[in-house]
Amino acid sequence: MAFIPLAYNVRNLAARRTSTSLTALGIAAVAWVFIFTLALAGGFEAALRTTGSAKNAIVIRNGASSELMSIVSREAADAVAAQPEVARAADGAPLEASELVVIWNLERKSGNTTNVIVRGVTPRSLALRENARLLAGRMFRPGVEEIVVGKMLSERFKHCGLNERIQLAGRVWTVVGILDADGSAYDSEIWGDVELFMPIFDRPVFQNVTLRLDDPSHFEALKKRIEADPRFSLQVRREDEFYAAQSGMMATLLRTLGLFVTLIMALGAVFGALNTMYASVSSRTKEIGTLLALGFSRGAVMLSILIESTILCVFGGLIGCLLALPVRSFTTGTMSFASFSELAFRFQVTPGMLLGGVLFAACMGLVGGFFPARRAARMPITEAVRQA
Amino acid sequence: MTAGGEGKQALILLRDVHKSYYRDKIEIPVLTGVSMTVGAGEFLALMGPSGSGKSTILNLIAGIDTPTRGAIDVAGSSLGTLKPAQLSAWRARNVGFIFQLYNLIPVLTAFQNVELPLLLTKLNGSERKKRVRLALELVGLQDRDHHYPHQLSGGQEQRVAIARAIVGDPTLLVADEPTGDLDAKNAAEVLTLLQRLNREMGKTIVMVTHDPHAAERADAVLHLDKGVLKEQEAARA
Amino acid sequence: MKFLGYITAHLWRHKRRSFLTVFSIAVALFLFATLRTVMTSFDSALRASADTRLVVRHAASLVFPLPLAYRDRIRQVQGVTGVSYGNWFGGYYQDPKNQFAQFAVDVPTILDLFPEILLSPEEIAAFRAERNSCIIGQGLARKWGWKRGDTVPISGTIFPGDWRFVVRGIYKGKTTDIDENTLFFHWDYMNEALPAARQDYVGIYWVRTANRDEAASVSARIDALYENSPQPTKTETEKAFQASFISMMGNVSLLLTILGSAILFAIMLVTVNTMMMAARERTTEIAVLKTLGFTDGLVLRLVAAEAILVSVVGGVIGSGAAWLVFLRSDFTANGMFPSFRVIPETLAWGLLLAVAMGLLSGLVPAVQAARLRIAGALRRVA
Ligand SMILES: Nc1ncnc2c1ncn2[C@@H]1O[C@H](COP(=O)(O)OP(=O)(O)OP(=O)(O)O)[C@@H](O)[C@H]1O
Ligand SMILES: [Mg+2]
Repeated sequence: MAFIPLAYNVRNLAARRTSTSLTALGIAAVAWVFIFTLALAGGFEAALRTTGSAKNAIVIRNGASSELMSIVSREAADAVAAQPEVARAADGAPLEASELVVIWNLERKSGNTTNVIVRGVTPRSLALRENARLLAGRMFRPGVEEIVVGKMLSERFKHCGLNERIQLAGRVWTVVGILDADGSAYDSEIWGDVELFMPIFDRPVFQNVTLRLDDPSHFEALKKRIEADPRFSLQVRREDEFYAAQSGMMATLLRTLGLFVTLIMALGAVFGALNTMYASVSSRTKEIGTLLALGFSRGAVMLSILIESTILCVFGGLIGCLLALPVRSFTTGTMSFASFSELAFRFQVTPGMLLGGVLFAACMGLVGGFFPARRAARMPITEAVRQA
Repeated sequence: MTAGGEGKQALILLRDVHKSYYRDKIEIPVLTGVSMTVGAGEFLALMGPSGSGKSTILNLIAGIDTPTRGAIDVAGSSLGTLKPAQLSAWRARNVGFIFQLYNLIPVLTAFQNVELPLLLTKLNGSERKKRVRLALELVGLQDRDHHYPHQLSGGQEQRVAIARAIVGDPTLLVADEPTGDLDAKNAAEVLTLLQRLNREMGKTIVMVTHDPHAAERADAVLHLDKGVLKEQEAARA
Repeated sequence: MKFLGYITAHLWRHKRRSFLTVFSIAVALFLFATLRTVMTSFDSALRASADTRLVVRHAASLVFPLPLAYRDRIRQVQGVTGVSYGNWFGGYYQDPKNQFAQFAVDVPTILDLFPEILLSPEEIAAFRAERNSCIIGQGLARKWGWKRGDTVPISGTIFPGDWRFVVRGIYKGKTTDIDENTLFFHWDYMNEALPAARQDYVGIYWVRTANRDEAASVSARIDALYENSPQPTKTETEKAFQASFISMMGNVSLLLTILGSAILFAIMLVTVNTMMMAARERTTEIAVLKTLGFTDGLVLRLVAAEAILVSVVGGVIGSGAAWLVFLRSDFTANGMFPSFRVIPETLAWGLLLAVAMGLLSGLVPAVQAARLRIAGALRRVA
C-alpha cells in the first residue's frame, strides 16, 4: 500500500493556521485540566504516602483506622519498646517513640479556622522520620513550653512563624523551630514534648508507638507477637502502608471529580475537533478526489486524515503539558477525612501524568478524526474531482 | 469621451471616472477617464475583452465599489457623497444586481432568496409574500418557490436571481454576464425576460456580455478596451 | 425578528456542524452548572441554618466531647428557650464506602429545636416510644430502599460495634435546602451501650434563643460559664458553625473556579473556530447580501446573532440537563452534600455565560463580515 507522505498533513495543518491553533489550544486546555486534576489527587496522596517509611512500623489500637481513634496505654507502649525487632540507636536505646495526637482548632491567615494535628513527640521522633529535618531554629527543650511547627502550617496559620507565640490548651507556646518534612503530612503538624502535652491536654494515654525495625523483614514476626499478646488489643502496621491508606476517601473523591470533569469536557472538545476535521475534509474535496484518482487507496486516505487529526491533537496535548508544568508549584490544603484535620500539600506532576495527558489528547484526535476520515475515504472520485 | 443616449432623461451619469487598484503599492490603472450617460428606460450592453474593466464599471454604477477619481450620479444621487449606510439603503431602493453565477444563497429556498431584499423594507409578512409571488410569477417559477438552488437548473437559478433583483421594484438593473454560464436555449430565455422587463416595466438595464447575440437584444452597445470606451455603435432598433 | 428564518436556515442546513457546536457548548455549561452546584450545595447548609439556633462545642475542637452535665446549666442561661444535644456517630452501612450522616440525638427535645424536620404525628409517637428506633431522611430511604419497619445495620467507627436501628419515620425537609440524607437515633440507646469511661459525653449542644439579636449575648454567657474549666466551650450561631465546617474543606472554590474557567476557555476556542469556519465559507454570500442593500451593521448583527443563538441553545440544553440530572439522581458525594440541586441562580448564570460565549465567539467573524468589501469578495470566487 502506498502511503500519503506525512509532510502533506503537516502542510495542511500549517496552511489553516488559525483553525489549527484554535483547535490545538482547545485540546491543550482539556489536557491541562486532565493533568491538573491528577496532580491535585496525586499531590494529596503523595503527601500521605511519603509520610510513612517502609523501615518503620506503627502500633495502634486494634480496630482503629486512624491515629485519632487509637489508644495505646503506657504499659503497652513499654512492652512494644522492649521487642527484639526494634532497632537500636547509637547509644543502645530502642529507636522508638510513643506519641500523642490531638486535634486543635487554629486560625488560618485567611481568617477562618480549621483543625490541625498537634503531636506530642519524644527526642527520638525526629530521627525516626527520615524525610523530616529542622529547616530553621532548633528543637524544643523537653519540659518547656516550646514547639516546632511544620513549614506548610507555619506559612498558612496565624502566630506560627519562628519565634512567634501561640496559645494552645490555655498555655502560651513559643515556636522555636520550623520542620521541613519534604511535603509529607508532618509539614502540616505542630510538635511538642509528649510528656508535657499529656497533662496539659489532659490525655493519660498515647495514640501510637512508632518504631524503626532492625530489619524490614522482621515486620511479620513483630506483628504476630504483639497482636497475639492477650494483655493488649493492638495492631501493628507498616508505617508507609498505614499512611497511604489514610488518603482513601478524599483521594477517591478528588479522582472521581477529576475524571468526571475531564471526560465530559473531552466530549465537548471532541465535538469541536470533529467540526474542524469535517471542514478540513470538505474544503479539500477536490484534493482528496485527485489523490484517489492518482491511485492512492481509500485506506491510505483514511489513515492520512486520521494521522492529521492525531498530530493536531497531540500537538495540543503537548502544549497542555507545557502549561501544566507550573502547576507543580501550587500548594493547597484540604481536610483529610481520616485525621479530621487540614493537610497541606503540593500539586504533583509526574512524567506519567504528562504522558497520560498526551495519550488522552491522541485519543481525542483519533475519535475526532475517525468520522471525517471515513467520509473522505468514501468519497466518490468523479464527484470529488468535479466539485469546486 | 462621452457615450450613451443623450436623447432621453439621464439615469446614469459618469464623468471622467478613474479607477486604479493597488497591489503592493504598485498602481494598476483599470479605468482611465470614462464618461458615459445612460438614459432612463434604456437597455445598454457593455462589451469588451476580458480584463478591460467591464465589471468594474458595473460595480461602480451599482454603488458596490468606489472610483479613485471622478463623479458618478445614478438615479438622482451623487454616489460619492453618500455614507456607507446611505449607500446600502440607496442600493436596496434603486438597484437590482444580476450575477453571472446567480449567487443565490444555497441554504435558502427560491422563495426565501427572493424575499431577502424585502426584509430590508417595512413590508409585513403577507405583503412580502404577495410581492415574492408576483416576482416569481413574472420569471415563470411560481411553482418552484420551495426548491433550493441546488434543486434548480442553471437557467432557473438565474431566473430566481432576476426575480430577486426586481422584487424591490428598482429603477435600475445591472447584469454582469447573466448568460455567461448558460446554454443557448436558457440564455435566450433569460435575455427575453430582460427585454420584457425593459420594454413592459420600463426598467433601465446595463448588461455586461461577451456574447454578440446577447448584445443584439440591447438598445445600444458600448465597447470598452483597456479602460476607455470605444466609438459608440449605432443603436439598433 | 424577520431575519430569524435566514439565521435558522443556515443552522438547519449544516445540521451536523450545528449539532456538534450546540453540544460542545452544552457540555461546557453542564460542567459549569455542576461545579457551581458544588459551591451552592455547601452554601445550602448555611441557608438551612436558623438564625436563632446556636451550637455549643468544645473550644479546642469538635472531636472533644462535653459532659452531659452542661445541659442543665445551659438551660438556665438567660435568653435560652430550648436545648438539645447529640453526637456525630460516623458509622457506615455494610461497606466503609457507604458513608452518610448519623446522629445520636436527644429524642424528646430534638424535633422541638428542628421544626424543619417534617414527620407525621404517628411517626413522631413511634420514634419516641421505641428506644432502638430511628428516623431517616427521604433521600436515604430512596437511595437504599429502606421502609418504615426495616432494621438498618450500621457499623460504628467512633463508637465501635454493630448497631441496629428500626426505621420508625421517614422525614422530609421543610425547604429544599434541608438535608434529607441523615439518620437520627436515640442518644440514650447509644450512651447505655458505651463503656463506662465514655458514657455521658455529648458532641454538641444545640441551643435556641428567643430572637436572633440575642445570639451574641447568649453565646457569651454560655462560654463564660466554662471559661476556666478543663472543658471550655465555644458557642456560635449555627450559620457560623456550618461556615467553619465548610472552610475546613480548604480552598475548594478557587480550585473549582480554575477548573470551570479552563473548561469554558477550551470550549470557547473550539466554538470560535467553528464560527470562523462557517463565516469563511460564506464570504460570497455576505457580499451578495451587501449588494442587495444589507448594511454593514445589519450583517454584523446577523452573524453575531447566529453565534449567540447556537450558544444559547447549547446553554439551555447543558444547564437544563444538569438541573434535570441532579434533580432525578440522589447524588450526594457520599453524604458530603445535604442536597445537590442546581439552583435557579446557577441556571441564570449559565444562560448569561452562554450569551457571553456566543458574543465572543461571534465577534471576530461578525466584524470580518461587516468589514468585507463587496467588489473584492465577489471577484475572489467568480
Ligand atoms: N480588487 C482588485 N485588485 C486588483 N486588481 C483588480 C481588482 N479588481 C479588478 N482588478 C483588475 O482590473 C482589471 C479589470 O477587471 P474587471 O473585472 O473589471 O474586468 P472585466 O472586463 O470584467 O473582465 P472579464 O470579462 O474577464 O470579467 C483586471 O485586470 C483585473 O485584474
Ligand atoms: Mg467581469
